[in-house]
Amino acid sequence: MMSSKYIQEEFSDIIDDIFDKKTGRRSFLKGMAGLAAAGSSLTLAGCSNNSPFSEENILRLKEYFKGNFTLMSQEDKNATIKRLERLAKIKDGLDLKISSKGPIPNVLFGFALNVSRCEGFMDCVQACVDENNIDRKTKTQCIRVFEIEHGEMNVQSGNGKYFHEVPVDNHFYMGVQCFQCENAPCIKACPTKATWREDDGIVVVDYNWCIGCRYCQAACPYWGRRFNWNDPYIPAEELTRKQHYLGNRIRPKGTMEKCTFCIQRTRTGRLPACVEICPTGSRVFGNLLDPKSEIRFVLENKKVFRMKEDLGTDPKFWYFVD
Amino acid sequence: MNKTSDKSFFTFFMDGLRWTLTGNTIYQVYMGLLFICMTIGFYAYTVQFNQGLSVTGMNNIVSWGLYISNFTFLVGVAAAAVMLILPAYIFRDKDFHKVVIIGEGVAAGALVMCLAFIIVDLGGPLNAWHLMPVIGVFNWPSSILTWDVIVLNGYLLLNLGVPLYILFCHYNNREADERKYRPFVILSIFWAFAIHLTTAFLYEGLPARPFWNNPLLGPRFLASAFAAGPALIAIVLTIIHKWTVFKIETGIINKLRIIIVVAAIINLIMLFSEVFKEFYFPTHHSLSAEYLFFGLDGHNALVPRIWFAISINIIGTLMLALSPRRNAPRVIIPASVLLFTGIWIEKGIGLIVPGLIPSPMGEVTDYIPTWVELWVTAGIFALGIFVVTMLVKSALIIEERYERQKAAVSS
Repeated sequence: MMSSKYIQEEFSDIIDDIFDKKTGRRSFLKGMAGLAAAGSSLTLAGCSNNSPFSEENILRLKEYFKGNFTLMSQEDKNATIKRLERLAKIKDGLDLKISSKGPIPNVLFGFALNVSRCEGFMDCVQACVDENNIDRKTKTQCIRVFEIEHGEMNVQSGNGKYFHEVPVDNHFYMGVQCFQCENAPCIKACPTKATWREDDGIVVVDYNWCIGCRYCQAACPYWGRRFNWNDPYIPAEELTRKQHYLGNRIRPKGTMEKCTFCIQRTRTGRLPACVEICPTGSRVFGNLLDPKSEIRFVLENKKVFRMKEDLGTDPKFWYFVD
Repeated sequence: MNKTSDKSFFTFFMDGLRWTLTGNTIYQVYMGLLFICMTIGFYAYTVQFNQGLSVTGMNNIVSWGLYISNFTFLVGVAAAAVMLILPAYIFRDKDFHKVVIIGEGVAAGALVMCLAFIIVDLGGPLNAWHLMPVIGVFNWPSSILTWDVIVLNGYLLLNLGVPLYILFCHYNNREADERKYRPFVILSIFWAFAIHLTTAFLYEGLPARPFWNNPLLGPRFLASAFAAGPALIAIVLTIIHKWTVFKIETGIINKLRIIIVVAAIINLIMLFSEVFKEFYFPTHHSLSAEYLFFGLDGHNALVPRIWFAISINIIGTLMLALSPRRNAPRVIIPASVLLFTGIWIEKGIGLIVPGLIPSPMGEVTDYIPTWVELWVTAGIFALGIFVVTMLVKSALIIEERYERQKAAVSS
């Protein structure tokens, strides 16, 4: 399982951290980690029956005392990712590839949905669940599609739980998800800065920093946030292994999650899963700062509107009609 | 007075604990019940801790439930101590001065419950240190929740610190130096308003939730708190008067009664104003109120509760205001219980749950608390009652000894 050499190294690391007072807060936290090792690693490790100083428990402990993602150096980010990958390997034998790729300069992501074209197949909903490793036990969905009768133009009057053949005459379909507001009430509400807007406009959550108070969920006017009420369950064969720290990596229980415009895909130049799968081509995604992008074409040439514009949240998600 | 003869803070604390745990048979049964509730509550919490909040009745639509409801209500109970502190220290009312320490004990107990309710509601209680200034990241001043952390903990310190200082002096047969604690008393008066307004602003500041996004919320929190809190204190005082050797003058209870009646009437006027706004010309923003009072899309879990709450609220207020025997304990106790329970239901679950229903996307679901939530809640209440009992009983014993000592010295 683990060599005694490994334990020695880890221990001397921790001891060094305790007595190294130069670097201030971080080393204080690491010192606490060391001191707390004997006692709390058992609690943190849950029911694992290995010794309190097993590799797994030491990794968990270091994870427990790590800081907020926005305050990490690239070195810290690499270290935590290594730990997370190693933990997944030890615990579930999974080979994960977790990225911490930052925003691309001069990119501001935007989304548009063609309501006259969408026929309500909900392929986007399923693709999102699959791509983003969303809990199957609670059947959580980050995209919802509402069936609305002609003559209405608001989701509140629509039906979000239809189980019949689509499209239905006299009805149209409106998908909703996190709208990545520029002026996001959820960010303002979070007491620990565990959620913030990245430079490319994506609103992300640090799953390890979130304390699970759910104030952001109450603050969101678009019902864009989901909570992990239990440890998420995803069958190993359905797991997406290419992950992002701020995106589709497996969330711990008791933390908030949300749509991240598939940050693990879009920051490498791919489209979000919902856009890629959409059989009617109703979903448009792109860089708002690029005048030649399709999203800019839609904004300049179509009749567009945004949901609950009166709240001043400034979403980067538009609806349009042909 | 010889300083070296002072007993230490540790013996002070241990004496307090000893007094709290000893008593006659009825008292032992009472303590036993509290410990049973705390134990089952603790067990229920371990279930929730291990499996996650999925063992509660909450979900992605009703994401706050019984815990946050009780938290909100108890902040009001805590704030209400100011209704004793204000006359006692500012208007130098002698009657209130004698019982102010009981009010502070009730406030401290209520705050312990508030903080416990917040902790059990967290998805990641082990991560709670992320919320602490300096070692965590404190999103202040942006997040109202960080303001609430400051005001609640500050108020707890004030309401423990001042009485503990006075009691510790009296425990050592010394006069407490009012110049030392008076500034903190004045501060705690402003602080009491701050805790309740800040907690109201948690909800009031959310445009996503029209039911809460209402400027009357803060003032109404205060009015209902100044009715429910003193009602609880009146109950506690009457119990002390009837079942212990300590005697409370009836004048105090009568003064409390007047405070309760005035606050309760203001609260009812504001309630009426809110109901008028929601139902004179109902809009989409009135759907939460419609759900609360009449049910929506066949979901009506709260309808009987809210009508019951408002009925007993009105009955309690009328009894305290108009009953010919309104100064007798047999009117004051049931009336205060009715009023307290009415406000508890209305401002707890009747405020938090409908704020989340329907969801911002118009979906309606009912919220039914599970056994885990009910027992954790019962356990926290038992903990709070234990804390109040400990503070109040120790305070009464110390005060009584001190008075006797003073009388002996002067005669």
